[in-house]
Amino acid sequence: MSHAATVSDKRPSTLRGASLPKWSPWAIAAGSIVAAVGIGLGAGLDSRVQWGLIAGLLFVFGTYGIAAKVEGRRQAKDRVATSLVWVAFVLAVVPLVSLLWTTIARGVKVLDVYFLTHSMGVVADSEPGGGIYHAIIGSLEQVGLATLIGAPIGILTAIYLVEYGRGGLAKAVTFFVDVMTGIPSIVAGLFILSLMLMFDMQPFGFAGSLALAILMMPVVVRSTEEMLKLVPNELREASLALGVPKWRTILKVVVPTSIGGIITGVMLSIARIAGETAPVLLLVFGNPFINNNPFEGAQASLPLYIYQQYSQSAGSTAAYDRAWAASLTLIAFVMILNMVARGIARWKAPKTGR
Amino acid sequence: MDISTKKTGAADAPPPTNVPPSPTAEQKRAARAATRPGDRIFLGLSRGSGILLLVIMAAIAVFLAYRAYLAISKDDANFLTTFEWNTGLVPPKFGIAVLAFGTVVSSIIAMVIAVPIAVAIALFITHYAPRKLSGPVAYVVDLLAAVPSIVYGLWGALVLVPYLDGLFGWLNDFFGWTGIFSWDEGAPRSMLTVGILLAIMILPIITNVSREVFRQVPQMHEEAALALGATRWEVVRMAVIPFGRSGVISASMLGLGRALGETMAVATVLSPDFDIHASLLNPGGGTFAQNIASKFNEATEFGRDALIASGLVLFVITLLVNGAARMIIARRKEYSGANA
Repeated sequence: MSHAATVSDKRPSTLRGASLPKWSPWAIAAGSIVAAVGIGLGAGLDSRVQWGLIAGLLFVFGTYGIAAKVEGRRQAKDRVATSLVWVAFVLAVVPLVSLLWTTIARGVKVLDVYFLTHSMGVVADSEPGGGIYHAIIGSLEQVGLATLIGAPIGILTAIYLVEYGRGGLAKAVTFFVDVMTGIPSIVAGLFILSLMLMFDMQPFGFAGSLALAILMMPVVVRSTEEMLKLVPNELREASLALGVPKWRTILKVVVPTSIGGIITGVMLSIARIAGETAPVLLLVFGNPFINNNPFEGAQASLPLYIYQQYSQSAGSTAAYDRAWAASLTLIAFVMILNMVARGIARWKAPKTGR
Repeated sequence: MDISTKKTGAADAPPPTNVPPSPTAEQKRAARAATRPGDRIFLGLSRGSGILLLVIMAAIAVFLAYRAYLAISKDDANFLTTFEWNTGLVPPKFGIAVLAFGTVVSSIIAMVIAVPIAVAIALFITHYAPRKLSGPVAYVVDLLAAVPSIVYGLWGALVLVPYLDGLFGWLNDFFGWTGIFSWDEGAPRSMLTVGILLAIMILPIITNVSREVFRQVPQMHEEAALALGATRWEVVRMAVIPFGRSGVISASMLGLGRALGETMAVATVLSPDFDIHASLLNPGGGTFAQNIASKFNEATEFGRDALIASGLVLFVITLLVNGAARMIIARRKEYSGANA
């Protein structure tokens, strides 16, 4: 084997034909950027985007032309595809970087302890000052209550599907859970709204929680299901063989084995519903004052606060600054939740047996 | 009841083939298991949760349909074809033609932009990126998915919109003659802006599902293609994409479902009116979700019923799109994008 390898190593060039050196993409890229700047300055184009566009086109055609001449058309196509895939990657990164950068840069302007501990109660939307304390309270209560409802139902449904479910009911539940993940958040809001109209109720925090719970359940079901399926059957069989009843097997063996993944799924779903605005807009309505009671009276919430600061302030800079600061708070909350969830997933990854 | 079969499912080893267990023994064991109160309660609870989910889905349909019926029965105009939303008139006149048009157009724009890019990024992560880079890139895509839609809306309205002036001017200069891209220099809060923003928002879900599919392409197929001298692009075109096509289609439909129902990002970015415009660059139009969010505050109880009626249409559309996507996925059980 090793002998054969040394022989073939000596003559790759004759087998593979001519190929461009490894640094050629960088060289072509540099060349096309220089050419684009030259053209841009020469033709008096002032938009940097146009420069970038010209550079990109020059790069693609240049790569194709040079590679086609040296390596052949198939290799040239391969190189163009590679560069297009890289371009797509850069395109996806640009908005994310821009979004995070703007949120952080504009958000830190007013984000301080005062902002986090005061409400908008005595501050007009167009005036500077005020804060998001009432919105944080509202968000925490609504999301917390939604989790209390949605997570247990979701986890139990997943247990049913994995541990008990055979037959028609399980199939129907699986299908509708999948479909339910796609329900627009505003439709969940409208559903609760139709109930409230029927009983002639005014907006209050818990109504929002119900809609959020509906949005949360399918996500929890799917992630918990995946985790329970990873638990090796040998564990269940060992427990049942010892005469442990099935329900105790599930609670003491199956769930603890996959608890890391289950918690991760719940936290990711919390992160998802914490950013939902539409149902809160319909059901909780928003309130500049602090309202600690989610069961009576309108409340605020962070995403709703952002929307209202943006839409009800007629372009006041102070309101925009508050909206960015609230966005930064919300993103920080969601991201921390995401990272902790992923950390738990890695730390408590179920041992899959083999 | 079929409890007997369920009880014995995973627990019991398959009986030796030559000695089938007597049905009476089976029944006895099942009966004993079923009488354990703990088991019965636990089964009841978990099955009850599953049934509750079905009930919620049914209730959503029933209640929305009921309120929608209340509204539509008083509608003086045709609900499907009217270009108007005047619930305050006596008799009221409202219809969803403009909303349906806007919803479909903005979602199509989003799909046209997002699907190719998302597929390319999925390919980048699975087949092109250096190993050190593919992990972080997947993480970046997950971050994009985690950003709340209202923050996208704020970013879209305050950062993206001013930035699009240049692009719109350029489109108008070169493609204005088509009519679709003509622009009257108004603020670029139009369907195209909405489409671009929606594209950014649905990129992560399409990427994540496509990535899972591309990961499952049999190594053998790729190695066989490579062994025949295929370049990397030819491997992708001949082995990876044919294998992943149905997955990519259903991923796109999941993305479409999300684009159809997106509310806040559209409500912050679009400056709506109740008309259909040929140009994608001029402000105007509206979508179901955006219309509900922006009309809700001033709506009377009847107005809310009318909005619920439009929400019902949206519900049915997304149900069909998502159901179809799931059907395609269900044919291949190995992957599902539910938690993507």
